[in-house]
Amino acid sequence: MKNKTIVSSSPHLHDATNVKYVMWHVVIALMPALIAGIIFFGFSALTITIYSVIAAVTTEALIQKLRKKPITVSDGSAVITGILIAFNVHANSSWWLVVVGSIFAIAIGKHAFGGLGYNIVNPALLGRAFLLASWPTRMTAGWAKTQFGELSGITIDNIPAVAKDLVSHATPLGVANMLRDPEIVTSIGADNVYSVFTHLTDFSTLNNLFWGNIGQCIGEISAFALLLGAIYLLLLNIIEWRIPAFYIGTVFVLTYFFGGIDGFMSAPITIPLFHILSGGLLLGAFFMATDMVTSPITKKGRIIFGIGAGIITVVIRLYGGYPEGVSYAILIMNLFVPLIDKFTSPKPFGEVKA
Amino acid sequence: MKFKSFNGGVHPKDSKEYSKSSAIEVMDIPKKVVIPLSQHIGAPANPIVKPGDRVKTGQLIAEPSAFVSLAMHSSVTGKVTKIAMNPHPGGFSSMAIEIETEEQDEWVELIDDANYLDLSAEEIKLRIGNAGICGMGGAGFPTLIKLSPPADKPIDTVILNGVECEPYLTSDYRNMLERPKDIIAGLKIIMKTLSAKQGYIGIEANKLDAIKLMTDLTKNDKDIYVVPLKLKYPQGAEKQLIYACTKRKVPNKGGLPSSVEVVVQNVGTAIAIYEAVRYKKPLIERVITVSGRIVKNPKNIQARVGTAFSELVEKCGGTTEEIGKIISGGPMMGFALPDLDAPVCKTSSGLLLFNQKEARSLEEHACLRCGRCVDACPLNLLPSFIASAVKYKDWDMAEKSGVMDCMKCGSCSYVCPAHIKIIQWVDIGKNQITAMRRTAKS
Repeated sequence: MKNKTIVSSSPHLHDATNVKYVMWHVVIALMPALIAGIIFFGFSALTITIYSVIAAVTTEALIQKLRKKPITVSDGSAVITGILIAFNVHANSSWWLVVVGSIFAIAIGKHAFGGLGYNIVNPALLGRAFLLASWPTRMTAGWAKTQFGELSGITIDNIPAVAKDLVSHATPLGVANMLRDPEIVTSIGADNVYSVFTHLTDFSTLNNLFWGNIGQCIGEISAFALLLGAIYLLLLNIIEWRIPAFYIGTVFVLTYFFGGIDGFMSAPITIPLFHILSGGLLLGAFFMATDMVTSPITKKGRIIFGIGAGIITVVIRLYGGYPEGVSYAILIMNLFVPLIDKFTSPKPFGEVKA
Repeated sequence: MKFKSFNGGVHPKDSKEYSKSSAIEVMDIPKKVVIPLSQHIGAPANPIVKPGDRVKTGQLIAEPSAFVSLAMHSSVTGKVTKIAMNPHPGGFSSMAIEIETEEQDEWVELIDDANYLDLSAEEIKLRIGNAGICGMGGAGFPTLIKLSPPADKPIDTVILNGVECEPYLTSDYRNMLERPKDIIAGLKIIMKTLSAKQGYIGIEANKLDAIKLMTDLTKNDKDIYVVPLKLKYPQGAEKQLIYACTKRKVPNKGGLPSSVEVVVQNVGTAIAIYEAVRYKKPLIERVITVSGRIVKNPKNIQARVGTAFSELVEKCGGTTEEIGKIISGGPMMGFALPDLDAPVCKTSSGLLLFNQKEARSLEEHACLRCGRCVDACPLNLLPSFIASAVKYKDWDMAEKSGVMDCMKCGSCSYVCPAHIKIIQWVDIGKNQITAMRRTAKS
């Protein structure tokens, strides 16, 4: 009797990766940031994340059931979207906010385009943009303080009395943004603005930013935790270094030159570090800009993508109305990906003029 | 030791441990051989025998039918029984001459020309052509043509390919360990024929003993260099090997190594060339690796062309598990066969058997656009774009993405987390575009 053998196209070997492998490792890499969120904000960080993940996964399963497609929630991609939506709100947010955000992200951001692999922008970021447009106040005010420190990360005792109120109700980037507001400069006085700005970028604030003792979105607070996850993904070759390196590098350079409050080159040397460690830059650069589906496939393209996102982020942070620009920067660059891929396709080996 | 390489590529486990330490074993002459008329690139050979004819070992039984074609010789002594369609190790059927073996192995007359290096280039080429030699690494390009470059395109460099980058395969490795002097003799013959200034022998880093042996044996030859190469697939692909050794880039869109003044030959081919030129021995046997986790005793077997794969498996003691996949050649570029009926050809470097689990087919997912295929492609093509262009029948896009330049090394498919069968799409694209070009011409 003859055995049944498989006849298929070469190659007959495959490495150990598959979609699940990639996605679940990203989930694992996001865990340190979640743990940091729980440590600093308490269990509300966890419950918000769970609501968000359940909403994302359920939405995906329902849509696939309605469309009579195989249900693929076990691939982990909807879990990532759910986690990222939760990571992009503050810990005082209502549960329904992330639920709505996740439903929108999965239904409109992902499945309206055909599901995983076909979406043109990062679903989680689209969900966040939707929430920001629909409930701007809920998304940008009412920040949760950490269990141990100040919202802005600044040691409040050092701040001039007239500015204390300002510092205690805003995130680090919020404070930086306000210090550029002419009205605020008039009301608290230029000297005090300088004083606050100096404290905002001093070592103790940077230290708080690095470990996470500040008020920010759930997943953004601890640079340390995010870097742990990022290193994990880099070592496993799941994300590639070019996008985060050029994104963060661009922010570093631009904020060094333009990050001061007195114009060109007026900033202290620590200002680039302040901008890198605060807000959603590390979360965005390592976990969202690197989303494979919505970033360029060429190496040169990834460099352009990173630099572009860096420029837009800095422009929004320094000159825009919003204190933070990471999500819009990545969303805008997502739209340029087909164009970037088209103009950066590698030169074939041994290319000759036809 | 400095190891050279190329850009891109992948790192599959080399799995050579199964057979690397088994010395070459000579296979008994089988009761029957089946010799395909098409074992090479080019037109099938024209049979010059008919059923009932008695043939000696090494006797010409089919002549080259065109400029790019190859002579075939009987690999046994016996009687031609039929000329008919037969399974081919390339995964299709082709015309083949079937010969029933007699007990006595009676060879055609061979010579021993100890001064073979003094022969004229014309005489050397005549002997190589008469011996029916083609590239034995896999593609099977007739060697005579490679050694006859146009007068305006001189060759200054000959590279022997001892890379054997396909996992599992160890036939070239064993040849390098067991017949190094014959390989070097073959290289010298090729260099002389082409008046080449220098010769390289490229060997991958997982064969340090072969690198050392070859280096020692060539230390008095000022014009021969052994080039240690990084362990990376597809290091043995012609363009990648030429680049690693010489930094020259063979032009794309159908460029040949000769356009950068290089000729590449497999180390096994070098032995065949040596034997053909010195002894006038035709190419009727070769070393083939029979391996795989489920093969009881993996071996490197010297077998006569036309020996059925099933007999090789028998010689290795059969399998320990049910066979899930039969691969003719290496696991990256070889062909999956439906059964073990096909015979050993001049190009058969390996026969691999996988169990059911190793053979399982992975389901295709939508492309994640991760770009791993782009990073892995040694030719800097856009594999994922090719796959989707072919899928949606956008032939222009497929061509722009490089489908016609693809050498089907399979690196892209190997790393694809979405398990897209890129090489299958490439095949469809190549066939379709070739057909369209042909129609456009006529």
